[in-house]
Order: sequence, then C-alpha cells, then structure tokens
Amino acid sequence: MSTASSRRLRKPLLGVLGLVSVGALALAGCSGGGGGGGNNPSSFEFLKNSENTTTEPVLDSLIEGACAQQNETLPLEVSSVPQAELDAQIQLLASQGGLPPMFSAGGNPAEGARLAEAGALVDFDEALTDLGMRDKIAPGAVSTIEKLYGGGFNFLPFQYNIEGIWYNTQIFEDNGWEVPETWDDLVTIAGEAKAAGLTPFSASGEQGWPLTRLVSTYLFRSVGPDALQKVADGEAKLTDPEYVEAAAAIADLGAQGYFGDNVTSLDIDGSYNLFLTGQAPMIYMGSWILGNINGDGNEVGAENMSFFPFPAVDGGAGSIDQYPSNVGLPATFSADAYSEDVAGWLGCIAENYGNAALQEGQITGFVADEEADLPEISQKVADTIATSTDSVLWFEALFPAKASQISSTNAALLVTGQLTPEEFMGLVQDAIDNP
Amino acid sequence: MKSVLGDRKAIILLLTPALLVYTVIMLAPVVWSLGLTFFSGSPLMGFEFSGLANFERLIADSAVWDAFWFTVRYAVLVTLLQVVLGYGLALLYNFVLRKSSVLVRTLVFFPVVLPTVAVSLLYQKIFQSAPSDGFVNELLVNVGLDSVDWLGAGTTAFVVIVIMDVWRSIGFYGILIFSGLLDIPDEIIESARLDGARGVSLFRHIVLPMSLPILFASFIFSINGTIKVFDSVFALTGGGPGSSTTPLTLYMYRTAFQYSDYGYGSTIALLLTVMCLVITLFIFRSSRRDITV
Repeated sequence: MSTASSRRLRKPLLGVLGLVSVGALALAGCSGGGGGGGNNPSSFEFLKNSENTTTEPVLDSLIEGACAQQNETLPLEVSSVPQAELDAQIQLLASQGGLPPMFSAGGNPAEGARLAEAGALVDFDEALTDLGMRDKIAPGAVSTIEKLYGGGFNFLPFQYNIEGIWYNTQIFEDNGWEVPETWDDLVTIAGEAKAAGLTPFSASGEQGWPLTRLVSTYLFRSVGPDALQKVADGEAKLTDPEYVEAAAAIADLGAQGYFGDNVTSLDIDGSYNLFLTGQAPMIYMGSWILGNINGDGNEVGAENMSFFPFPAVDGGAGSIDQYPSNVGLPATFSADAYSEDVAGWLGCIAENYGNAALQEGQITGFVADEEADLPEISQKVADTIATSTDSVLWFEALFPAKASQISSTNAALLVTGQLTPEEFMGLVQDAIDNP
Repeated sequence: MKSVLGDRKAIILLLTPALLVYTVIMLAPVVWSLGLTFFSGSPLMGFEFSGLANFERLIADSAVWDAFWFTVRYAVLVTLLQVVLGYGLALLYNFVLRKSSVLVRTLVFFPVVLPTVAVSLLYQKIFQSAPSDGFVNELLVNVGLDSVDWLGAGTTAFVVIVIMDVWRSIGFYGILIFSGLLDIPDEIIESARLDGARGVSLFRHIVLPMSLPILFASFIFSINGTIKVFDSVFALTGGGPGSSTTPLTLYMYRTAFQYSDYGYGSTIALLLTVMCLVITLFIFRSSRRDITV
C-alpha cells in the first residue's frame, strides 16, 4: 500500500540510487590505467616475481656501467610481486592497458602465449633486428622460447638452464658406479644406493615438478622429443599405453623407496640439502642448482659433483643428447609502452647482459663474448649449453594452467602409490581436455 | 537533534556517503560477479556470453563436488568442536575459575591474535616429517611408534587442519559464549540452586536453555567462517596432497585467478554464497522461537 510519506520518500531514494549508480560507473571508469604503462613511460619499470633474485643485481651492474646513459634518460625501477600472483597481476594490468615497459612472464607459458597472441608484447625478432642486436641472443634460447610461447620470439632469456641428473662423484667412485647411459643402469645404481643406506634420488614431492620432470624426460627418451607436443596437439593422450608406461616407471622408483620415506612433504630446500650433505647421491634438477653447488652450504664440495644427461630408454625414439632446457621465467616488453627510450634500454640489455651476468656466475640466453673465471662445474654446464644441438621441454610446458597445477600437486601421490599411473595420467589428461 | 533524525531528507543526506561507498565496494562487485557467471573468458582475451554453460559445468565437475564435500566435512566438524569446546571453556571460566579466569582466558585467546600464516607455519613444523621429524613425530618415536608423514596423506592432513583451526579459534568462541553466560542473572541460578538444582540438572534446565541464543549466534559465526576457510588451508597444505584438502574457496581462487577462468570461478563463488545463505537461514529458522521464555 502506498502512503503519502512513502511517496515522498520514493523520489529522493530514486535520486540517491541514480547518484550511486553514476558514482559507481565513474569509479569503475577510473579504475583502468596506471601501473606504469602507457606510450611514453616516465621510467623503465621492471615488474618481476619476488623469487627472482638473479636479474636485478645484473641490471644494477648495468646501470652503473654500460647502461648508465639509458638509466639517466629513463631510470630503472624494479617492483616485485610473488610468483603465484604474477599471472593474475599481469592479466589485470594488460586488461587496463597498464603493462609496465618490462615484466617477467607468469608461471604458465600458456598465459604468456595468450599475451603474445593478444598483441600485447614486443616482437623481439623485429625489434632486435632494427637495433642491430639480433645476433646477441643464443639461437638455442630463442628456439626454446619459440617452443614455449606459441611460436614467436616475444620473451628474453634472462636465464638459460639445462636439466639433468646431478650426482655425487665421490659416492659413485666409492661404490664403483659408472655414469649410467641407460634407464636400466640408472635403476641398478638406485637399488645399490638404497642398499647402502642412501636415498638414491633426492626429490621434492611438496613441489611436485621435480617428479613430473622425470616422467617427461622418460617420455622424451622412450616416445621421442615430440612426445608432449603430440599431447598438446591432440594427436596423443597421456592415457595411451606408452605414456602410462613412463608414469609407471617413475612410480616404480617410488614403490622401491628410491625417493625416501617422506617424499610428499620434502620441500625444495630440503631436497637440495639431502643432496648437498651427501645423503642422496643423485638429484634431477636444472642448472640453476649451480648457485647452491658453488655456495657455502655444499658440504660435499663442488669439486665432488657433476652431472649426466637423463639416460636412454632401451628401444626408445629419443636421444641422450637432447637436453631438457628452459629459460626460467623470462622477461618481456610491453608493446604499448615500447618507446624510443625503452628501445634504447632493449639494445643496451641485448648487448651487455650476457657478459654482465657471466661475471656474476650466471648463464643466460644472451651471448657472452668476454672471458670469465668460472668454477669447473659451471664451465662444464656452459660448455654443454654451447655444444648442445637439440633440446626438449618439460612435462607441463605446453599444458594449460589447470593441467600444470594438477600435475604438480598429484605427482607425489603417484610415487607414493596413492594414485596409480593410469589415474595420474588420466587426471592430467582430463585437465588438458577441460582447461 | 530529534528534528534532524526525524527528517527523511536529512537521513538520506547523512546516509548517502556510506551508501555510496557500500554500493561501490560491496554491492557492485557482487552484482558484477553474479553477471560473470553467464560469461566465459578473461579480462585479457575478452568475455563471451555463455548462458547457463557454467552452471551445467558446475553440476558435472567432480572436482567441485570433492571440494564441496571437503568444505562440508570441515565446516561441520570444526564448527561443532569450536562451539562445543568453546562452550566448555566458557562454563569453566564462569562456574569453576570465576574471577581468577583472566589469565586462562588470556592464554587461550592468544592464538586468535596470531596471523593465520604464522600459525600454519608453526603447525607445519610441529607435524613435520621431512627433512627431519617435528615435535609430534619425535614424540611418537620416543614412545616406540613409527613417524607419520602427517601432511603427506589426505586423511592425516585433514586431521592436522582441524586441530590447528580449532586451536587457533577456540579462544574466540570461549570468550564469545562466556559473555553470553554473564548475561544469565545470578538470581535465577541462585533460585534454581535453592530449589535443589545442582550440576547436570542445573546445566540442563537452566544454563543450557538460557545460553541457547549465544550458542546459535556462535554457530552462525562459526559455520560462516568455516565454510569460507581459505588462508589456513592454503598456507598449511596448499589444498594437497593432490586435491584432498581443497575447499571450495581455494578451488574458486585457482579457477578464477590461476586458470584465468573468471566466469566459472564466479559460478563456484555463487555456490559458496548459496551454501552460506541456506545454512544461515536454517540456523535462524531453528532459533526463531523465543527460547528464553
């Protein structure tokens, strides 16, 4: 029932609602922009993941040396967000047209590929050619980026890692073990290591990916280097028998107790510690572990450590020379914020980053043409990278974010027998089919 | 003052700033999120109208229902433990410790003020099994039992989450219910005692009925908090191992922000909202009659 007082109230209420709506729309409209992007940025902002502690020191050395002029024109400003939030942050900034001039790729390559597809990124093939610096990026690194990020050269390789099995040469010598060249040899050594009271393989089940890396590298050796590309293209399924066989091989290592009793809860630092204190003779890892091997926490000594490629699988289509490689979380440039001054920064980085990083003991995908005094094991990695002719990716590299997450979080269940190989591969395949 | 508060124009004028802020910060995102349930896509690639596809997907998605059942199990168990143990504490404060309960109250309340992530890290260490045993496993080994990988299996990880969250929040419910017990007039308790009521009979016929309003309020607080559990689980187990301790909130967060599926993430959020609404209405309905009479 309408009363005089309610009618009197209705008009102002409508007015208030109108005012509120206009205010909301105005505020929503104002929410875009910001974030340091735009056509002519006033600073060279670099948004990176907080976990990345290697890039900033090299950039700092550049602004004090080779890139001082660029820094004076467009000062470098580094900001960080946790890696887990990077994808969401980049998406938000991209949707507002506020991407900073340089930023790290998120954790999932598929997200980076979508940014490239949306035209939000600089094409480095073109930009570096214009600057006369195209030859400053190692072809192997460019090849890895193209495989990862949808075929284009839209990211810069601030890191370049190869992966393999790092081993304790002292323990190998003491037990008379030769570097294994086949999977069967590797399993034999693992059995003897277990019998000697060691944890044969140190691996973090809490992280998951150190275990799925084993599945994928087995696949690259057994099915061939295009094993996971076929899955990404829909030509094969992870539930196919030859794919399940790879998961079963790694699950079997777990069933034999070769990862230790508490692999599910072991974090990445714990797994490093197990290896660097001589409790585990082997760890599958990327060359980023060099920092720990050459660091103070290595009780075994860097001189007692080396690495070998993942061994061959009998009758497999892959080759032991195909190293899994990655470019860490590479950085890229916003197409919208790519001004003349930003191009100046790109040229300076391309020309000098490789040498500056090498002086800090880092191996990157930028060409380093100056001599540096590297530890022996680091030099071995650098030589392997320089002579490597073929590379492969890793298990989750071509998967959508959901499949990638499900793969990592369920890997420990595979090696502890809580999931069968069929169930594990089925879960990941289902996430690929329904991203 | 009375004339100002009796003037509708003045009321509207005074309320407008708050209403504006509330609308922009609370209502607009809710309506926006509701609208997103009919779309698929992301801010980067653009959104596309998908009708009821997200709802059909929700019904067929086994991961959602796994997360739903985890949430229900967690919410029911933790709510019961929080309120029942909190009630026990309140009775202890009020009828046993009386005025000397201040120190105990402070000690029991202390975990409430700790950051959730700090508590989760503490419990990770307490129940740790790798690379070395934590306090609980050392205790087990010392009494001749085997060490347990508590966070390595879904069942034991669930137990740790429940223990941690009850420990973390029980002080709050103890104080909340204690404040309700203080409202029971001393005269009624004394009269009941003069009539011969003691112990269980005093509790059953006088204290329990008169503390039902605060118990209902506690249940509503608790169930709404536990259904929306996120930070403690995320920090302690990350939803794992596998997805065995993934609540709906975490699945929603991953779907929207890690898988960039904002429409489906909003649909999961809607399911969560409906859950909270239904349970709150159910509890309100149960408490509709005036139980204090």
